[in-house]
Amino acid sequence: MRPSRIGADFRIVFRSYTRNPLALFFSLIFPIILIGLFGLIFSSIGSTPATLVVLNEDHNSNESQKFLSALNQTDIVSVQLATVAPSNFPTWLGQNGYSAGMIIPDGFGLNVSTNRTANLTLYVNPQDASTVGEVEGAVQGVAAYFNLQAKCGNATRCTPVIGFAPTQNVGSQTYKYIDYLIPGLVGFSILTSPMFSLVDITSSYRKEGIFRELSLTPLTRGEWLTARVVWYTLLTFAAAGIMIGTGVYAFGAHVTLSWGIVPFLVVGPFFFVSLGMLCGTVSRTPETAALIGNIVTFPMMFLSGTFFQVSSFPAGLAVVAHVLPLYYVIDGMNQVMLFQNSGRALTDFLIVLVASLVVFALAVRLFQWRDER
Amino acid sequence: MEPAIEVHGLVKRYGDLEAVAGIDFTVPAGTVFAFLGPNGAGKTTTVEILEGLRRRTEGSVVVLGLDPWSDGTALHQRIGVIPQEFHFFEKITPKEAIEYYRTLFASKANPGELLARVELLDKADARFDTLSGGQKQKLGLALSLANDPEVCFLDEPTTGLDPHARRAIWSVIRSLRKDGRTVFLTTHYLEEAQLLADQVAIIHRGRIIASGTPDEIIRAHGRPARLRVEGPPELAGALKKELGLEARFESGHVEVDLGDKQDALRVLSAIERSGIAWDSFTTQSDTLEDVFVRLVGQMDEGALKSEAPT
Repeated sequence: MRPSRIGADFRIVFRSYTRNPLALFFSLIFPIILIGLFGLIFSSIGSTPATLVVLNEDHNSNESQKFLSALNQTDIVSVQLATVAPSNFPTWLGQNGYSAGMIIPDGFGLNVSTNRTANLTLYVNPQDASTVGEVEGAVQGVAAYFNLQAKCGNATRCTPVIGFAPTQNVGSQTYKYIDYLIPGLVGFSILTSPMFSLVDITSSYRKEGIFRELSLTPLTRGEWLTARVVWYTLLTFAAAGIMIGTGVYAFGAHVTLSWGIVPFLVVGPFFFVSLGMLCGTVSRTPETAALIGNIVTFPMMFLSGTFFQVSSFPAGLAVVAHVLPLYYVIDGMNQVMLFQNSGRALTDFLIVLVASLVVFALAVRLFQWRDER
Repeated sequence: MEPAIEVHGLVKRYGDLEAVAGIDFTVPAGTVFAFLGPNGAGKTTTVEILEGLRRRTEGSVVVLGLDPWSDGTALHQRIGVIPQEFHFFEKITPKEAIEYYRTLFASKANPGELLARVELLDKADARFDTLSGGQKQKLGLALSLANDPEVCFLDEPTTGLDPHARRAIWSVIRSLRKDGRTVFLTTHYLEEAQLLADQVAIIHRGRIIASGTPDEIIRAHGRPARLRVEGPPELAGALKKELGLEARFESGHVEVDLGDKQDALRVLSAIERSGIAWDSFTTQSDTLEDVFVRLVGQMDEGALKSEAPT
């Protein structure tokens, strides 16, 4: 590979792109519009029981067991027990992608049995509004049932035996929907700009004979692809900067900026430039390429945690999400920007890196300048 | 003269279809070689094999001493190619395009000089998608020269262009020859081939059906020169009788086949001596186009007869 040729081709990509207002709109402006829109939209998805992770610090009491059993019987929530230090519980929930958690405090059973109030603490992820709504409704409903069942003795007005401490957010600090949306939309940008563009140009350049012309120059396929990876990486940095800036200054978002986000802003475009080229390469016509590109892109756009938490998906869809590379890009950025969980971020990064190398090698191998027939 | 291109027994098959059926030709260095044929004759397949863009099925092909398929990278440094319909990145200007090719080839091409050479300097800063068809072809031609090539492959470079743009490209082709470069030209325009080419080969149904200089092909395959006189039918009879030449009457004209230049003088003298009233006269010779149409037509007719049910 010769840097001067990559540089020359990069200048061609840069000029072509910056002289195309539509491409710039979709790369840099459209995600900002999405931030505004999705910040305002309350979506409801999913019909299976929502997972409620419970840290039961009073696990020996019959009352806490009865309470959890009653919750399970609602079929609205599915209780999953956790064993983690209470102080780490909100962070642990965020790092493991859970949207709802609850702490049953030590002494819960004693308080309930002696008609004194025991306060439960709920932790929710505001981005996953449907799960939060289901969990809050179920927990409050079961608590109300327990309160009605409490024996008040001769008192005319019973004291509730189960109360609630103020609801907390998952993660180590308080997050809003917009905080979760920013990594998702950066992922959206990483996916869409290179995918749509590469699918289109790979097929149309072949049809118009531009690849044939380039094949007669010393430019190699690897150099051609590298120039595009470099361009879309820079574009991703610009888009991420604009989106984070808009989110922080216009919507008061709270995200952590660290160098840990950089590997995802590099490996993400690398993967999707390669995948876009692969889709364009295996298609005979631009129309087929667009179809294949859309079939690959749209599920990823919605099933990777871009707009909605994967934890709120039905089980089948959640499995699908975990085979989508964009899921690991977005999850990795969530881990870096929200939960500061570098271990899981590293795992996400390695998964995307390996997938990228495989797809890049495949794209370069299958893509032909000249007709091998 | 050293051959720039040597082709022997070239065959190209796509499944059962034989697009090129064993052709041979040689192109001497520094000459213009026109490769003619109707649509689907095998021209583009042959050119793409010579350019190293397509793999041959059989035969030997050597361009500048290299095998185009296996030595493509080395060959592409020394050849220039302009395809039938030249396309480029839409938002890039001609000047930027040449700078791009100059960097890719690590050449010293001067964008201003190249654009001036193809008469496109006034559009140096216009984006490709705003150029006309002729201007796009001119840019293609300029780019094909960016690496200072020894052999230029021009695949129907003037198709669809207006007469002015066509002449501009002819002028560049002549200057390439003058520079000592070899030009391999495919074209639909027989006039173009006759004007520009040192050597011509006509391909039809994958086979070369005529080759040589334009004059050689016309002499070998064309009809004799004719003298055409405006006059009555009896003039044809008088000329036959006096000179023993083939004379025909058709639509107010008498046409006489000429064996050589002297025949023309003898015919005119005989007309004068006959005392029959006559008006203007012209002489006519077959062009390359006449020969091309006749050869291709004869071959198609033969093929149709052989395919007809008995």
